[in-house]
Amino acid sequence: MYEGIVQELIDELGRLPGIGPKSAQRIAFHIVQTRGFDVTRLGELLMEVHDKVRFCSLCGNVADEDRCGICRDPRRSRTSICVVEEPKDVAAIERTHEYRGLYHVLGGALSPIDGIGPDDLRIRELVQRLADGEVQEVILATDPNMTGEATATYLSRLLRTMDVPVSRLASGLPVGGDLEYADEVTLGRAFEGRRLVEH
Amino acid sequence: MPTYRDEAVVLRTHSLGEADRIVTMLGRRRGKIRAVAKGVRRTTSRFGSRLEPFMVVDLQCYEGRSLDVIQQAESLGAYGAPIVADYAAFTAANAIVETADRLTDEASQQQYLLLVGALRSLARGEHGPSLTLDSYLLRALSIAGWAPTFGDCAVTGEPGPHTAFVAQLGGVVADAVAPPGAPRLTPDTIALLGALLMGDWAVADAAAPPVRAQASGVIAAYTQWHLERGLKSLNHLDKGIKLDPSLRRRPRTEAVESALIEAAAVPTAVPAT
Ligand SMILES: [Zn+2]
Repeated sequence: MYEGIVQELIDELGRLPGIGPKSAQRIAFHIVQTRGFDVTRLGELLMEVHDKVRFCSLCGNVADEDRCGICRDPRRSRTSICVVEEPKDVAAIERTHEYRGLYHVLGGALSPIDGIGPDDLRIRELVQRLADGEVQEVILATDPNMTGEATATYLSRLLRTMDVPVSRLASGLPVGGDLEYADEVTLGRAFEGRRLVEH
Repeated sequence: MPTYRDEAVVLRTHSLGEADRIVTMLGRRRGKIRAVAKGVRRTTSRFGSRLEPFMVVDLQCYEGRSLDVIQQAESLGAYGAPIVADYAAFTAANAIVETADRLTDEASQQQYLLLVGALRSLARGEHGPSLTLDSYLLRALSIAGWAPTFGDCAVTGEPGPHTAFVAQLGGVVADAVAPPGAPRLTPDTIALLGALLMGDWAVADAAAPPVRAQASGVIAAYTQWHLERGLKSLNHLDKGIKLDPSLRRRPRTEAVESALIEAAAVPTAVPAT
């Protein structure tokens, strides 16, 4: 334990995701000891982010206006919606430059053991977006883990009632890996999702 | 560093740092195991999906100062994939592993085998997911020393059948000791409860939906009473979306309406007491 305010800073940093007590201590002492460290800039940014950034009223992505940049972009196709768990997944898919449609951010995955059910995610909002019939495809891009797969199962069952084609991102072998190290589920999925090689 | 090996069921995981997870498991010999899986969240991790909930693994760990560290995990039962492909099975499996997590601090081979059996049965779709869960709950509580009685009076021992059920008293009780307002069970429900406790699947599978619903309510109340903080998963059990075949041909706005109603109809376990 350190004196008053330094310990308070360590405690506060330690509450951030991915930062354990050791890292919190290291960051705190970096801030305290480094001469050129621009505390004002960091402080201002934190305040600004907190004030300005909100969530897109349509898709739930981070936004600095009522709608996010993607939803405002007239060049994006309005006929497909890609469903993801978190805003950081939008960023990951955008980096591929493969997708030109819109997104829908659920805000997490279904996890009963953590008390998270369908009402706790933005599922109702997704169903409402499909109401006008403009959307021709829903792509489920939840994480390829248990809660992400279960969420995709739930959504595909729900959307089946709405007459809209639903697809799921392919799962398979990680590029750059060796086949022998793949676990049974991954390898099984890769088999299921195999496709004809074009001649 | 000392290492150990065990068979284990993955109960739950928590993210740790950038790419690690803390994996809580029930080991066949060691009981509860909490260990770090390093780098498991990267898509290139050699652990792949083996350390996800509901998986059964042959595990090797070394004992760390605060947490053990997983060195190797080989799959013994990949129950996760078929379970998540059926949302009702997934919600039942959540309640099963949450119960196992709460009931087993010490090693119990009986609890381990019961857990593996329940997950395997869910994965194979042998019985309805809620029947599998209900049977698991009754039997897991029994192994933990809280076997309910569905025949003779739980208080006086007076021979049954009795119809009043009081979770706090340990099962069915004679009218003389039943508190006013205690829920009354039908003979069919009592027969189903007995069958679920004994694993008599011929009787259990034949039970009608309203009988199953009453039994589930009783078992949920009994479980919540014994596990003090209550199970989160029991409030999120899935009873299925009613698929209306005429929905496809209806105008879209109506289809949206009914989908919304179905999305909102999250069934909750109704305590019987
Ligand atoms: Zn948006």
